[in-house]
Amino acid sequence: MDPLSDGTSTSETAASADAVDATAALPGDGLREGIVDDLRGRIGDALVDSHITPNDDLWVRVRTDAWLETATALSDAGFTHFSFLSAIDWMPSPYGKGEDDPTADPVEPDTEIRPGVTGGDTRMQVFARLTDLTRHVGITIKVDIDDDEPLLDSWVEVFAGANWHERECHEMFGVGFNRHPDLRNIYLPTEFEGNPLRKDFPLVARMVKPWPGIVDVEPMPAADEDDASQDSS
Amino acid sequence: MTLSEREQLGYIAAQAADARLNVELETEGMTLNIGPQHPATHGTLRIVCRLDGEQVVWADPSCGYMHRGYEKLVEVRTYPQVTTLVNRIDWLGSFANEVPFILAAEKLMEIEAPPRAQVIRTILFELSRIANVSLFLGDLGVQMGAITPVFFAFRDREYVLNLIEGATGGRFHPNFDRIGGLKDDLPTGWIDETRHVMRKMQNFCNEIEDLLFGNEILQSRMRGIGVIPAVVAQEYGLSGANLRASGIDYDLRRDQDLPLAWDLADWKVWTHPDGDSFARCWVRLQETREACKIVDQLLDQIPAGPVMTKVPRIIKVPEGEAYVSTENPLGEMGYYLVSRGGLGPFRVKIRSASFNNISIAPWLLKGVYVPDVVTILASLYFILGDIDR
Repeated sequence: MDPLSDGTSTSETAASADAVDATAALPGDGLREGIVDDLRGRIGDALVDSHITPNDDLWVRVRTDAWLETATALSDAGFTHFSFLSAIDWMPSPYGKGEDDPTADPVEPDTEIRPGVTGGDTRMQVFARLTDLTRHVGITIKVDIDDDEPLLDSWVEVFAGANWHERECHEMFGVGFNRHPDLRNIYLPTEFEGNPLRKDFPLVARMVKPWPGIVDVEPMPAADEDDASQDSS
Repeated sequence: MTLSEREQLGYIAAQAADARLNVELETEGMTLNIGPQHPATHGTLRIVCRLDGEQVVWADPSCGYMHRGYEKLVEVRTYPQVTTLVNRIDWLGSFANEVPFILAAEKLMEIEAPPRAQVIRTILFELSRIANVSLFLGDLGVQMGAITPVFFAFRDREYVLNLIEGATGGRFHPNFDRIGGLKDDLPTGWIDETRHVMRKMQNFCNEIEDLLFGNEILQSRMRGIGVIPAVVAQEYGLSGANLRASGIDYDLRRDQDLPLAWDLADWKVWTHPDGDSFARCWVRLQETREACKIVDQLLDQIPAGPVMTKVPRIIKVPEGEAYVSTENPLGEMGYYLVSRGGLGPFRVKIRSASFNNISIAPWLLKGVYVPDVVTILASLYFILGDIDR
């Protein structure tokens, strides 16, 4: 996709220039920049960060206490279609991918938290996606949540469809939702302990039986061959 | 004639006694458990209904009987291994499940499949839609006691499955899409055969329309039943035919820019203003016809060239995130893919259509009569693998 295909100019977002440095460097996407500016007008400095992939996608990051306010603001701004809500655990799994040779010396697991280009300061992050069905544009909203007390305001009063997504998020990641009407488990048995999608929850199937791929794996191509094919692509 | 004071008091007392009697005679609530093995459920959805007489006062779908934890499993797979898992989400249209994931990975790698692969992908995508929705159309009759259409559906779906098998080698789980293109080119004679089958499927749609949609019983059991207003549909995140049946003209095939070939064909997005059960089924019928038209037109427009672009032998996806969704048979199917570099995804959120589509059930089933529960669920059209992932 050619980022220059849309000829609209990069609009000035001087209000919080530090937050949109990455955005300002990119060629323009008038529609999505307008959406970010509009959101900033509605929720002020609760908008922590934003990123636009021109003519493609958009995400914003908001302060934890403004989570519900953001939903209301975006709903008023035309994003009336609720797509999904989930979370991500930025801590790399201490168990790896379970593909290591069991006879080899155990490698020290890399558990440093690096959200990288996708943003985030804490271990747990909740994200949701809304769509504007008339302008045909989607937006991903992210929020960092405190690891010691993972708690957010529920979106149910704005988007009724968030109900099941928040239940799933609650059981899978252990994120609590204030004022949620019915925070029961949706998939897991009621008495289930632990939050399976957290990275420190082991995938037991991989631990009791090593990945069969490590036994009869075909020999890896030499490093130079790999580089050559990358150059030619 | 006026009543004396004594008579008036007696009248009030009699009314009060009647009121008390009504309270005592009020029917006792009853809990009806539908499923997990009810034929209307395409899998094992269980719905607990609280009934007052014939009416549902409270319904709670209970998911999780088929939860396979794909979001966790994907984290210990490499990128090429993921398609094997995700095409088991919606097992009736499994090729369509692979496409958005592959597109998300390609987007992060900044590569694109060659034009020939893009067109073939679109054709296979629409074929899986036809296979999926034709079973729905046949199954629709079964929910109301009409046995014949389902045999027609199974007979004609077989032709489409044979096509998918001919091209990919798998009837249900093709696992044919690769990062950078497709596994293979089309076999000889496949295009002529497909054109032939598309004519058969158009006939099948006409047959089903004659058998079912003009039927008075079907109409009386579906018209005006289970109405979803457009505002509510959006709030619950409905997608696909369920959304378009509420009058919202939104189709991801047309309304977003993906490296696939729908814009090469001339087709129409159907909507229906009613939002009831009948509208949802009717929109699906029209969509099957449109899918046949799309396939028929694209068969003439397959460009020459390779089906696979050059990709490194070991696929590593650069750091970043991407959300790609497509208009699958059931609705919006999307993958929110987060990569931190390396051989496998860091986190994949699978946005499956049925999960949102069925989350409206507690709202929608409130107040309906028991026989309508089955038709409403059938018209919402969900597949258990798509709810439970």
